[in-house]
Amino acid sequence: MLNHYSFVFVTTLILNLSAENSNTGKMVYLPNGVYHPFFKNSDDFDSIRLQAFYMDVLPVTNGDFLDFLKKHPRWQKNSVKPIFADSLYLKALSSHNLSEQPEKELIQSPLTYVSWFASKDYCECQGKRLPTTAEWEYAAQAGESEPVSSENSPLFRRILFWYSQPTVFPLPKTGSAPPNYWGIHDLHGLIFEWVADFNSALFSNDSRTKGGLESSLFCGSGNVSVTDLKNYAAYIRYAFRSSLKASYSISNLGFRCVKDLPLQGGKI
Amino acid sequence: MEIRGEETALLTDAPVVPPPIARKHATKVIVHLEVREVMKEITDGVQYMFWTFGGSVPGKFIRIREGDMVEFHLKNHPDNKLAHNIDLHAVSGQGGGAAATFTAPGHESIFSFRAINPGLFVYHCASAPVGMHIANGMYGLILVEPLEGLPKVDKEFYVMQGEFYTSGKYGQKGLQPFSQDKAIEENADYVVFNGAVNALTGDKSLQVNVGETVRLYLGNGGPNLVSSFHVIGEIFDLVYTEGGNRPNQTNVQTTLIPAGGSSVVEFKVDVPATYILVDHSIFRTFNKEALGMLKAEGKEDKTVYSGRLEDKLYTP
Repeated sequence: MLNHYSFVFVTTLILNLSAENSNTGKMVYLPNGVYHPFFKNSDDFDSIRLQAFYMDVLPVTNGDFLDFLKKHPRWQKNSVKPIFADSLYLKALSSHNLSEQPEKELIQSPLTYVSWFASKDYCECQGKRLPTTAEWEYAAQAGESEPVSSENSPLFRRILFWYSQPTVFPLPKTGSAPPNYWGIHDLHGLIFEWVADFNSALFSNDSRTKGGLESSLFCGSGNVSVTDLKNYAAYIRYAFRSSLKASYSISNLGFRCVKDLPLQGGKI
Repeated sequence: MEIRGEETALLTDAPVVPPPIARKHATKVIVHLEVREVMKEITDGVQYMFWTFGGSVPGKFIRIREGDMVEFHLKNHPDNKLAHNIDLHAVSGQGGGAAATFTAPGHESIFSFRAINPGLFVYHCASAPVGMHIANGMYGLILVEPLEGLPKVDKEFYVMQGEFYTSGKYGQKGLQPFSQDKAIEENADYVVFNGAVNALTGDKSLQVNVGETVRLYLGNGGPNLVSSFHVIGEIFDLVYTEGGNRPNQTNVQTTLIPAGGSSVVEFKVDVPATYILVDHSIFRTFNKEALGMLKAEGKEDKTVYSGRLEDKLYTP
């Protein structure tokens, strides 16, 4: 059972541990750009113009979130309202004995078993927000050396390879894999991530019969709306997102935050 | 048709088939099927991440009766990476249940359907990308027995063909990820019965006795290849072509099993032998492992099969 004291103890410890990772709390700048949605309905736009924004270099870690829980106890497992997080919420954290010194790896592992509501509030409490699907995909289409991976990029093979591996718990620590072109780590190959409009594929049409989920994502008509047939990796992400509800807390689903540019000048 | 009572379906792993249904009325049948993503060997030293209905490939065999009301529970294990669902070809309705059962890891979906049509049906995952989910092993069979039941036989078995596309070539050791390129080209590395090389050979051969009648429930998960199913040394007395509920052919040598389809064959075993199950698209058998065995023990009948009687020189 979690209690407040263990969180205080643990989070004190974390601040020391996580300080060792220079990327903690760091964001990078992504310039104005255009994202061509992989998956879209017939009346959607072919491309989406994106304003420049900042994105977290790392997904939110267990350590980050324990710190957040200390300041915002309403999100602790015992306090959170069921409509905001299902019963699996923070399962990976609560299964550890937090009165003992947590493993450094656990602290630096990505947070999972977290609901959309909790993720959204976490970002907002930092003066940030969850990325949109377009922003997330825009950042995630970069390879290690180019902002937009080509169709035959090894990136897609790596993502598919990740699907072919069993999930190892606890999850590896964040920032272990090389960053992409923008300097962002772990967009692929570690966890899935919440986006603000995770259910947009489901609700982008008023009528489900016209272009909704059933007719687009499932057997029989699944290829009509796919702009790049070979991009199975993205297909799986879109499918995964559309299986979610905002209260879900899942073993391999976490998040990171983004931030808009200041309206006039200044630095973040 | 009146629904009386309630029962939980007994599900079995291939090659075992649940016992015939004895009741003569429709009932509510509860089916619990769990999706597991599991690492197993496809052959010695070659690991593959199988996505399964129930922990093995093919998925659990489900046996119900025409007219039954099925309450279906699809459970996606919390340790799984992906969202899954199920499309049962025995279902009349949107997506065969696919949309109703699209389920995130750590969740369970429930829907119900009426078994209107008897026959042997394939079920499979229909989550995007469908081909990859099927290629990774997400298929199985559901038998809807007709109202009058099926004729009694001595032995029933569950055999399902499927092919696998690995990044490395055939036999290459280690963990082999799914190859999307090979799947699109329909260039399979392994074509196997019951999910692995040698799943139906040696100690795991199907065992029967001479004189027994045998019924094979055959499925083909694909994802791509159509099976030319043949049993070497045996003739099918009856074939329920494409898994319909009535035998419509007698004395058949090779029966086609479509990808995403089924067939039922029956034969009486007349003499002792090791009968070989193959896909008679024959390079699949000898180079991709589409091979199983049915071993029949019992008394020889030299009037049916003599064996070699003589070995003589031939000098034309």
